Amino acid sequence: MQPTEVRQIVLDIIADIALDDDVTKIDDSIALRDQLDLDSMDFLDIVMELKKQHKVEVPQEDYPKLATMESCVTYLTPKFQALQ
Amino acid sequence: MSTNTNAAKTLSRIVITGVGLTAPNANNLRDFRAAVLSKKSGLVHTEIRHMGIQAAGLCDFDEARHQSKKMRKRGTRAGAISIYCAKEALDDAGIKLDERDPFTIGVYIGITEHGNVETENEIHELYQNDLKTEFWSHHHNPRTVANNPAGEVSLNLGITGPCYTIGAACAAGNMGLIEACHMLRLGEVDLALAGGISESPHTFGIFAAFKAQGALGEHEDPTLATRPLDTRRNGIAVSEGGCLYTLERLDDALARGAKIYGEIVGFCINSDASDFVLPHAGRQMECMKRALDRAGLKPEEIDIVNLHATGTSMGDIQECEAVSSVFGYSDETYINFTKGHIGHCMGAAGALELAGNLLSFEDNLVHPARNLEELDPKCALKNLVYGEPVKKKEIKTILNNSFGMLGINSSLIVKKYQS
Repeated sequence: MQPTEVRQIVLDIIADIALDDDVTKIDDSIALRDQLDLDSMDFLDIVMELKKQHKVEVPQEDYPKLATMESCVTYLTPKFQALQ
Repeated sequence: MSTNTNAAKTLSRIVITGVGLTAPNANNLRDFRAAVLSKKSGLVHTEIRHMGIQAAGLCDFDEARHQSKKMRKRGTRAGAISIYCAKEALDDAGIKLDERDPFTIGVYIGITEHGNVETENEIHELYQNDLKTEFWSHHHNPRTVANNPAGEVSLNLGITGPCYTIGAACAAGNMGLIEACHMLRLGEVDLALAGGISESPHTFGIFAAFKAQGALGEHEDPTLATRPLDTRRNGIAVSEGGCLYTLERLDDALARGAKIYGEIVGFCINSDASDFVLPHAGRQMECMKRALDRAGLKPEEIDIVNLHATGTSMGDIQECEAVSSVFGYSDETYINFTKGHIGHCMGAAGALELAGNLLSFEDNLVHPARNLEELDPKCALKNLVYGEPVKKKEIKTILNNSFGMLGINSSLIVKKYQS
């Protein structure tokens, strides 16, 4: 799986959480919390949906790696590729 | 605006200055009044998980009117109903929260139960996920804590005073108002949002339990599924809804030139201590009498008595016996009920039913009961209104009954405001 595909997966999950935000304008290098209305419960939602929809586990110590879209893709791409 | 902890407030008069509601047949006070006067039903057939098609009362208010999509998804239906009613009540009262100290506002919401909807949904999901609890939602706890509906109002409106629910089965709608009176008189708050809410039709358990109890109302025409006091009644129609009022001390309301719908002049809460589900006419009678005593009113000074009247075989008879014993000699007291229109809105019932009668202070009409055609002789109360609305010269007092399982009773008396 390519990083662009992983980005789209993460974007789809976020779009279903940040329902009142325009997620098409996300700056991949800026913290998601700084550009979207997201709090700690929302990040748990992201972790849950990765597990439910894609069987990708994110251990608690790795939660900071979901801070930006860029870091999400960097962190998650090998995990998605390992599932293939 | 007055400040907190003033002993002189103990005997303050408490008035209703705003109403926000959603019922199965209306989404604001004026429309609700028109609906009960014209006998508009709010009952429909709907698919209930594991139960098939059932009659229920469902609300169609705009959830997005006062709540973001994200917070609605995170929260509960009970929270959404509460937020809608709270904001509508504040708007109706002309109260702007940014002009208030949020610490001086309280929220008191009566609930029959809370958390069953979310728990049933989670268990349903659990079975879809091979019983793997790792997929159990982290939202479960904040959604199911008993204070959820009031907490969601607090979060939505930024209210930082005491916000909580009052669990009192189907007597809860009155109970929210009574709690608000206490807190206003104690000086704990200067403004209260109070009443009751219910999301019950979104759980199959309540339908299954009433069915098992032989108390689930059924009819091929859903609008006839519950027929309180009628010989053909066969039970309850489960409904959702909400009604929250803004309550203030009279001096505060007058100081800001508020519109005053009515004054809460008396109430009583008592308990049967006799049965899990069967009501007790003697305790209900006692509840009404004490509310009258506290209001300094005689039975003949009550213009309207709203029956709890759920449409169960025994419950209706017990209540009619109690009401007859208190008001039977009064020629001036008229009796009605609202559940034939909207079903049983559980925690919202008492608050909504009061709202159904509240505007009688303006139009002097007693709205009729719906779905009552063949009156059960055991329920034959004098001055029962079930045909056309009855016009009185002036309506000045309403006694609102609301009773619940485990034997909890509440009677609330509201009087037309007179300076």
